[in-house]
Parts: sequence; C-alpha cells; structure tokens
Amino acid sequence: MKELTIISGKGGTGKTSIVGSFASLATNFVLADADVDAADLHLIITPTIVQTNDFMGGHKAIIDPDRCTQCGECIERCQFDAINNFTIDTIACEGCGVCVHFCPSDAIDFPQRKCGEWFISNTSYGPMVHAKLGIAEENSGLLVSTVRRNARELAEKENRDLVIADGPPGIGCPVIASITGATAILIITEPTLSGLHDLERVAELAKFLKVPGMLCINKYDLNPDMSNELLNTAQKYQLTTVGTVPYDPSVTKAMVSGKSTVDFSDSPASKAIRQVWEKVSAFLDSQE
Amino acid sequence: MKIAVASGKGGTGKTTISVNIAMSLPPPVQLLDCDVEEPNAHIFLKPEIKETKDISRMVPEVDMDKCDYCGACGDICEFKAIAVLKDATVMTFHEMCHGCKGCVMVCPHQAIQATNRIFGQLVKGKAHHVECIHGVLNVGEAMSPPLIGRVQKEIWDNGVSIIDAPPGTSCPMIETVRRADYVILVTEPTPFGLNDLKLAVEAVRLLKIPFGILINRSDIGDQRVTEYAKDEQIPVLMEIPHSRDIAVAYSKGELMIDVMPEMKKQFQQMIEQISKQEAR
Repeated sequence: MKELTIISGKGGTGKTSIVGSFASLATNFVLADADVDAADLHLIITPTIVQTNDFMGGHKAIIDPDRCTQCGECIERCQFDAINNFTIDTIACEGCGVCVHFCPSDAIDFPQRKCGEWFISNTSYGPMVHAKLGIAEENSGLLVSTVRRNARELAEKENRDLVIADGPPGIGCPVIASITGATAILIITEPTLSGLHDLERVAELAKFLKVPGMLCINKYDLNPDMSNELLNTAQKYQLTTVGTVPYDPSVTKAMVSGKSTVDFSDSPASKAIRQVWEKVSAFLDSQE
Repeated sequence: MKIAVASGKGGTGKTTISVNIAMSLPPPVQLLDCDVEEPNAHIFLKPEIKETKDISRMVPEVDMDKCDYCGACGDICEFKAIAVLKDATVMTFHEMCHGCKGCVMVCPHQAIQATNRIFGQLVKGKAHHVECIHGVLNVGEAMSPPLIGRVQKEIWDNGVSIIDAPPGTSCPMIETVRRADYVILVTEPTPFGLNDLKLAVEAVRLLKIPFGILINRSDIGDQRVTEYAKDEQIPVLMEIPHSRDIAVAYSKGELMIDVMPEMKKQFQQMIEQISKQEAR
C-alpha cells in the first residue's frame, strides 16, 4: 500500500481543490484529511459519517480551591506562567503536570481531555478518514497521526492500495506528522515570492525526513518568471515536477458549488489537473 | 495598541494586509511576523536587518554518571521526551520537549541539567519607519509556540503593533493572538474561507478578544461570508475586490499600496475605527 500526502508550505495554494479532484480521478484508495486544524476537504467531497470517535489528547491541570492551601509551590515550578491567584489559565497551561506532581496538598486534578473527534465516512469516491480538532486545542500532530494510521488500516482491511492525504500548511508539528514515513509527497505551490520562499523550507523538511517529493505549480501563469524560479528550486531539491495548473476562475466556482474542479467542468484547470494526476500516479508506481 | 491579523484558512491575505497596514500608518509602528514556520512579511517590507540572534529553549541533559535508571524522569514527562529503557539507557527526544523542567525537578540524584537548544532565530530590522521583527523556526523543529512567544516579547507599549499570525486555530495561532487587543480576521468569500472563518471566530470568542472581518478578493465567490457576518453581528471592516494587478504585485513581493495608493487611506481609516471602538 502506498501513501501520498499533499502539502504546500504556504497556505491557500490550492491543495484541497487539487486533492478533491484526485479523489475523482484515483481508484481503489482511502482519502484522509490530515489538515485537522482547518479541514476543508469535506466541503467538496460531502462525506456521510459512519463512525465518530473521541480524540483524547493531553491533560489539563485544575486546582481544587477547597484542597489548595495557597502555598505557592505550583506557581514557583510552572515554567509557563499559567497559574494566577491559584487558578490555572487553561490557554497558557501546557499540560505538563509538574504542578500536579509537586503539590504538597494533592490539590490539583489532572484529567485527560477530549481534544477533538475523528471520523470514518463514506463518500461517492470511497472511504474517507477525517477529523476535527477542538478550537484552541493542542496535539494536532497526534490527531494527524491518528487520522493517517486509521486511513492506512482501513486501506489494508479493504484491500485498497493507496491513501491520499490532504496535509496542513506550514512546516511544524502537524506537517511533520503528516509526511513522516509517507511514500511520497506532492507540494502544491504558486508562483509568488512567498510561495518560493515557503517551497524552499518545505522542500528542506522533506529532504530532512527523506520523503521523495513532487512539485505542481498552481496558477503558474500569474508570474511565469517566478514559475521558472520554482522549477529551478524543484531541481535543486530533486523534486519531480508533475505539471502546472493555470489560473482559472472555474476552480473557485467549483468550490462554491461544492464540487471538485474536475467534476464541475472541463475547464483548462480541470484538464491540467487530470494530466498532473497521471504523472503523480506514474511517480507513485515507480516507488518501492 | 496590539492588532493581530489572523485567519483560519491559509493564503487569504494575512501577510498582505499586515504589511500594508503597517506601511500605511504613521510612526511609531512595528510589525511582528509570528508565522515562524513560513515567515513572509520581510519579503514585502525588505527591512534593513539590524540584528539576528539564535533563540534557544530549555531541554534536559542527563549526566549518566549520576543516573541510576530509576525512571522518575520518564514517568513525569507528559510529552514522551525522555525515557529510561530497561537495558540501562536514557533516551531524550529534544524536539518533543516542552521545557517544563519536570524531569530536572523530579530526578532524585540531580542527574538532569537544563541546557539550551537552539531552535530558531529572531530577526530585527527596519523598513522605512516600520520596526520589523520576525521569527524563523529551524527546519525539522516541531514546536513553534515557544518561538512565537519570544517574538512577542518584542511588542512595545509606545505605538501600534501589527501582529501577523500563522494560519489555523490551534496552538501557534492561539499563542499569537492571545495577547492582542483586537483581531482582524482575513477571509475570502468561498466555502473554504467561510468554514475556516467560523473556526477562527470561535477561537477569538473563546479568548474574549474583540474582532472584525476583512473580506479579501470580495467578489470571487458568493455572499455567504457577508450573510454570516450579518447574522453573527460581526463588523465587516473592509472589503477588497480581486484584482489581477494586486495578485501580480504580490507575486513579485510588492505592496498593495504601491499599486493602488488610494488603499493607504482605507487602511488608516480602518485602524482609526478600530482604535475608537477600543477606546470606548
């Protein structure tokens, strides 16, 4: 079984629109939305949830005022300035449990909290594993790993040979969790200075984690010179270029109507995405 | 006044809005780019860099001569950043460490010392009249919030601070906006924009920070963002129509207010409106 994760470094380059189209073009796969923080894939794939699971993340400390003697031990030990007037600031609390351990009166409770939910769904393209991280919650990396693991298990159970995962932006914890150990990544970028800058960093990360990579330039005609720069960067990092997609208002129109670009119309972007998928497919076939 | 510019969805124009606001305002104004995973504000501001320094965070170092493998460090660590193995080795995973010092404090033999690990840089400079500060997370590092916190230590009291936030609604975004007086949520009128806007609204409401919406590329999608703002009684601060000129200028790292100088006044008025509202 193979696993493809789509990332971008920079946000808003078109990852989800392209993954939605891949879902329409691929066969015998499981879809995974690994952007648990701002998941959007469900808006164009319309999943029917068949199984909902609690995601239990970290713990948070709670001081019981009845047991607390206000000795100040917790305040002294907290490295995150999360305790004011013997009340814990849940936003600042990292859930490390140091205060809990060292409280001489055992006055601090430390319950594990539900930080979100993850789902197994049916879609018209096949099964999908996705999640919703609670607002302002931590442990997004752990939830991404949970989504990926369950997508892989589902693929194995149903004899499906591919997992396609829509990844998060950035290069931090959830991105590392979404690409570590994947068969390959596809980086969707755009021909802007920001896109170029962010591509360098995400390509560096892929190299660091030893994941083979591909590059697709979305809206390439916005700045053809910059697109050439992106191609040079791809070469520098040994990324396989799998094509370009033109700027095309039909992509937004498709999104507004709740459809993937390729299902919505046979627009120039739609044609380009079909070609990109063929190359991505061939690249995946060439990987062990 | 500290104004954070945030959004649930990536690529809605946070950085564009942040840098154009900063350049439109009279001094004293500073811009803090807290998207330390992918900092981009400096691409547009091109500041003259005055200082770059390594930023480190605390991680444990074990003195194996003092360790008797009791396992207390591994038991207290909530982040699986230190573990004692049966065959008498201690493993540390520094990238997982949150720096709580639990292991240092709990070790009965004082075998664990807090040492510093460099995980990013703080960069300070100046572009025209704008003080520019940004953080750069080292590639391969998982945790951005400690670096975001460090960037925010540079927030001053003597003027306007514009804070460019990372996308999303989890720890990096929360760490960025939680100290702000006001949050501008940048969105676009598409289903993805609306879905992620709703998440961002929930986050800033949880933090009890006043906020308003800026609709970028306001004519590309549908009316659902405007309807949502009306239903929720959220002020729409500004609407910027899609323009290929702006998009091309953006691609070259140019400012919106250089392509459309009339925008400068609009940004000034928006900040004035926010300040007045906050003074009330």
